[in-house]
Amino acid sequence: MVQFKKWQLYLVILFSFFAIIFSLPNFFSKETLKKFPAFIPSEQIVLGLDLQGGSYLLIEVDTQSVISENFESFSDGLRLSLRKNKIPYSKFNIKNNNLFFKIRNEDKKDDLSKILSNYSQDISFEYLDDGSTKIFFNNQKIKTIQDTSVSQSIEVVRRRVDEYGTKEPTIQRQGINRILLELPGITEPERLKKLLGKTAKLTLQIIDEDLSPDEIRSGKTKPGTIIYETDNELDSSGNPLLYAVKKRNFISGDLLINAFPTIDRGSPVVSFEFNNKGGRKFGKITTENIGKRLAIVLDKKIISSPNIREPITGGKGIITGQFTFQEATDLSMLLRAGALPAPLNIIEERTVGPSLGADSIKSGKFASILGFILIIIFMFLIYGVFGFFASIALCFNLLILLAILTSIKATLTLPGIAGIVLTIGMAVDANVLIFERIKEEIKHNLSPIATIDTGYKEAFKTIIDANITTLIAAIMLFGLGSGPVKGFAVTLSIGILTSMFTAIMFTRILILIWLKKKLPERINL
Amino acid sequence: MPILRIIKNDTKINFMRIKKITLFISAILFLFSLSLIFFKGLNLGIDFTGGTLIEARFKENIDLNNLRTKMNKLDLGEVQLQTIGNENDIIFRVQDKKNNQAKTIEIIKKSLSDESVDYRRTEFVGPKVGGELVEAGIIAVIFSLIGILIYIWVRFQWNFALGAIIALVHDVILTLGFFSILQFEFNLATVAAVLTIAGYSINDTVVIYDRIRESMRKYKQITFDEVINLSLNGTLSRTLMTSLTTLLALIALFIFGGIVISSFIVALIWGVFIGTYSSLYIASPLLTYLKSDNRQSLKE
Repeated sequence: MVQFKKWQLYLVILFSFFAIIFSLPNFFSKETLKKFPAFIPSEQIVLGLDLQGGSYLLIEVDTQSVISENFESFSDGLRLSLRKNKIPYSKFNIKNNNLFFKIRNEDKKDDLSKILSNYSQDISFEYLDDGSTKIFFNNQKIKTIQDTSVSQSIEVVRRRVDEYGTKEPTIQRQGINRILLELPGITEPERLKKLLGKTAKLTLQIIDEDLSPDEIRSGKTKPGTIIYETDNELDSSGNPLLYAVKKRNFISGDLLINAFPTIDRGSPVVSFEFNNKGGRKFGKITTENIGKRLAIVLDKKIISSPNIREPITGGKGIITGQFTFQEATDLSMLLRAGALPAPLNIIEERTVGPSLGADSIKSGKFASILGFILIIIFMFLIYGVFGFFASIALCFNLLILLAILTSIKATLTLPGIAGIVLTIGMAVDANVLIFERIKEEIKHNLSPIATIDTGYKEAFKTIIDANITTLIAAIMLFGLGSGPVKGFAVTLSIGILTSMFTAIMFTRILILIWLKKKLPERINL
Repeated sequence: MPILRIIKNDTKINFMRIKKITLFISAILFLFSLSLIFFKGLNLGIDFTGGTLIEARFKENIDLNNLRTKMNKLDLGEVQLQTIGNENDIIFRVQDKKNNQAKTIEIIKKSLSDESVDYRRTEFVGPKVGGELVEAGIIAVIFSLIGILIYIWVRFQWNFALGAIIALVHDVILTLGFFSILQFEFNLATVAAVLTIAGYSINDTVVIYDRIRESMRKYKQITFDEVINLSLNGTLSRTLMTSLTTLLALIALFIFGGIVISSFIVALIWGVFIGTYSSLYIASPLLTYLKSDNRQSLKE
């Protein structure tokens, strides 16, 4: 071990060179970096949300509701085809996304099988003992529904976040039905949360005026209509007005191509524009229903119910609700970004304000530098010139660690800084092991070179064993998966690896060069 | 020539003489910690229980009692208030099972809208997520124990693996007991701390075991207790050196690292002490009871 090969020296020099180059940008401000020549890397380490300030949101997509919706429309379709094929059935009911019904006529079973075979890719079915049939979506179909609704949701969330004006957001799918949202710089996420909380499903439907709001309130219904409450009209007793709205002949919001806030007769309104298909449909419906009222339904609430005075053929219109300008702006934005396929629930939220982030960086930096200086002084006091070599290695260990973190674009969090400081403390361990071993070997009165050689050889095995066990713990930490802890695990594991490298290669070469120059009679340690 | 020595060279401390006492004390502490964990419980943070946390810095002096009355009017259930650092930094903790908790932050912020407040940190963890985080934490601890167990088994022998794991479980339980008795908040970062302690302690133990194994090959004529004593003394200055350097770094972090990570750092500092102690007084003496002395069958 005492001789180092030329290539080892070159490797160490090369590593140190890259470490300096790649960690360098972290010591300058962004402005200074711009003045650097282009061939010097200018990438800085990515700071986590806890350091630079920002919001972390974990959102759950309510895929269950989409599955139910899909299953209901499948059941409706099946019922229609049963009727069409004149298959008599009874006890048709849906329970927890399972459809049950009974065929009254046994010899129609073949016809039923034929119909069901059309859906064979999506459903499974069982014939129960009591003669009824149980039908449910198979796992494949459920997975497809989940996947599409989550990926559509991600698309819509992305558009909404972009419209909101966030720089460099991270939007990722997590697990089966979750979306992880990281928003650097967003320290007041309330408005954005409100925007994400809206499904923004818009429909234009015709109000059926056969039923008065009071009749509806008393429980009357009419087939072919659905009852919605109004967003801002109240009846005499202070309850929101209810309207029956025709289910057929509606226009859905996905035919919109544009929406923006404007001022109409002094109040803020949302002006919208349909695409060609939507424009034609809008023209047709308004022509057919002159004199009636149009319900503009957003997320199952009527936000406006204007009279149709004349056909609207240009495909353009305005929504006059009782908006503030902010609300009109938000609504236009939601309409432009499109509707979510399913409701979203925020299940975890962490926001760090800019002042705490700045404080954390400041104290983290200070603690690291202080810990570092204390250890250098301590090592020098205990091991003299050898401690000095270990300290130089420790410097480079830090630079290499920083360079690796920067170039693999790892995110530095506050626990990550703690990981670095801990690494500083533990990094000297390998050197301590070696020096203590050399101390013991001195007693054997060998030549200086042989002493150092044996010291390194004996300590090496121990270093490997000790570091691998710590590494196992660090890797398990990484597997734990949550953001802040992961940051700690990353810096700790990389720190263990770099400290092994610097302790074994770096100090050894330094010590051997010193030995050759000084040629001491004996080693004092 | 070195200026400072932590301990003199060639110590001859008889660690093994008091092995029965230390093992007994540890067993007592272990049982005490276990009962603390079960009966007193851990002060679980919102990472695990779910809930809302807001850290706010008020621009002007704030009367805590007024604030408390104000919070109680919000119908959020119990709102815990705690000042940290200087008087104007206040942490709000709410475990609101009734309302939609995601809205709690908004409700509190709205009620404070006429104060000038800098929101330093707001966190909300849904109850479902909390449960998952607990699960992930426990799994991480178990898997790292198993991983370490296997590695030592392969590199040494089963007795050593068993000794190391017992010492490790001892450290983990005593750390949890430490958190329980002081009622420090136990959160996700603390789980990371516990795992780091495990890593640190095992590192220490492995270094000593390595030396014991080496001494077992070298010395065939002395008792096993003496072998262990020799090895512990041989590695003692390293053990203390590493503990000291790590402590130096940790103390710097504790004093200047800020409130956010302070309980994390306290856990680590405790871990350095307990890890060092257990390597010397638990992991090593245990070997004598685990039929580890197979020197006759060892290869040269």
